[in-house]
Amino acid sequence: MTKREFKVLSPTAILGYGFPEASFLRGIEQKPDLIAVDAGSTDPGPFYLGAGKAFTDREFVKRDLKYMICAGVQHKIPVVVGTAGGSGADVHLEWCRQIIEEIAKENNLTFSMAVIPCDVSKENVKIALDEGRIVPLAYVPELTKKDIDDTTYVVAQIGPEPIIEALKDGCDVVLTGRCYDPACFAALPIMKGYDPGLALHMGKILECAAIAATPGSGSDCAMGTLTEDSFILEALSPDRVFTCESAAAHTLYEKTDPYHLPGPGGEINLENCSFKDLGNGRVEVKGSKFVPTEKFYLKLEGAKCIGYRTISIAGTHDPIMIANIDKVLQQVKERINVLSGDNNRSDNLFFHVYGKNGVMGSLEPNPNVKSHELCIVIEALCPTQDQANTLCSVARSTMLHYGYEGRVSTAGNLAFPFSPSDITVGKVFEFSIYHLMDTKNEILFKHRIEKYEQGTRK
Amino acid sequence: MKRNITEAAKVIRSKNAGPYELTFDIMFKTKEYFEHFKENKVINKKMFAELYKIPEADIMTIVWFAPANAVKVTIKRPISSGAPGETDIYGAQQHAPLFNIEF
Repeated sequence: MTKREFKVLSPTAILGYGFPEASFLRGIEQKPDLIAVDAGSTDPGPFYLGAGKAFTDREFVKRDLKYMICAGVQHKIPVVVGTAGGSGADVHLEWCRQIIEEIAKENNLTFSMAVIPCDVSKENVKIALDEGRIVPLAYVPELTKKDIDDTTYVVAQIGPEPIIEALKDGCDVVLTGRCYDPACFAALPIMKGYDPGLALHMGKILECAAIAATPGSGSDCAMGTLTEDSFILEALSPDRVFTCESAAAHTLYEKTDPYHLPGPGGEINLENCSFKDLGNGRVEVKGSKFVPTEKFYLKLEGAKCIGYRTISIAGTHDPIMIANIDKVLQQVKERINVLSGDNNRSDNLFFHVYGKNGVMGSLEPNPNVKSHELCIVIEALCPTQDQANTLCSVARSTMLHYGYEGRVSTAGNLAFPFSPSDITVGKVFEFSIYHLMDTKNEILFKHRIEKYEQGTRK
Repeated sequence: MKRNITEAAKVIRSKNAGPYELTFDIMFKTKEYFEHFKENKVINKKMFAELYKIPEADIMTIVWFAPANAVKVTIKRPISSGAPGETDIYGAQQHAPLFNIEF
């Protein structure tokens, strides 16, 4: 009897990062049972979710999707795309859906697509808050109704369940809003009866595609093969291999605790997990378990606008100014407060001093500046764009001509590489919701189906 | 004689783990180095707090992960991702003080 197996092709770490055509075709030759990609992350910060913008480029997202959807439709391989548009709110989902519609039209494709919105209404979050069903994650402040009101989009990281419902309806392509990264890889095999612990752990590695191989790459393909009691990883470029080390190392990546990986409805437990080198760049993983939690929690994410930013980039090469930089910056702030008649005006001003502690901020252990030049990024963060422009401009001109103690060079304190020197950045966001919600096992996310015939949406 | 950690470790890195946590990984070159560091508790809350000038209470976990011959330390991010005063959204450049560890 041949051993049952299920192959998942992961083309790239993030949809839009690209992948070599040759690696993808090598993957397709192996006749995978699923092509899946994770398109999202909160790693690029709160702006993208808050502002409803993608952090990947449209042209490259379309390029990656074209390969995946054309191959999927041609070879009848289901395609699952998780966290559309990078952050997975409805606005991101629609952005990505339109790209797929364009691909369908331009290639005369016939297929059905499930679209799964993952936004949660603010009303439902407030009800959950009132009912004590909201739990903050570590170091996250307690949620308030004001935070909920100030948040632009609230999304929930869905697990495999809503994707399974869509696949049961026979959809060829599934496009989801915010989705737990491993879920888009694990949904179909779990539906077919494979072990959820193995399927999710494999998804956890495949969501970064070839990053988990060595040498790692965020823009190359990987293949995962699920069996009854293990999964096997292999790279699809001859330049890379999976090793026990690379797979185990990746299990550490970006996690709090590598033995316990929490997700929707439970955690992947890796206490009994083992990695075995099969040779030829392949690694077999065993022992990963899914342990459901008593209550079914989903992670909610949201960001709120906290103001507007204007920045100016400048440098100094003056040894006297560099030796006294902290004092100079403090005095510039005081001068701005005096000039504006507002003792708190400079609270909205931040100096990023590269060459001193620009990278590590409060964590910088080295108190002494050793650099012969410093880069100073002046940042103004105010309630309106006009206020930010004004504060940045005043800070820049004040610092340029400030007569600090011991000054010898009296023509100007800063070197500006650009004219205009000030850059209007726009809205600034901060994470406002990063909490678990007890769903009471209710089904909150339902897919809708779009059918395309010869490229036309019916 | 004290030796520098770079003799024993092949990977020393930092990364955000979500918007509120920062996580540090040290992967050792051999099982022997891993066991030596683990048994002698070379990486511990006290030394880590001193290295980064943070209260010990801000250190969430120290986990020794045998499958990768690695130790992982996760701390509270000084500032949540992208909030005012942020310096490193991805948290990927907070590792350098670890190069000073001796064993």
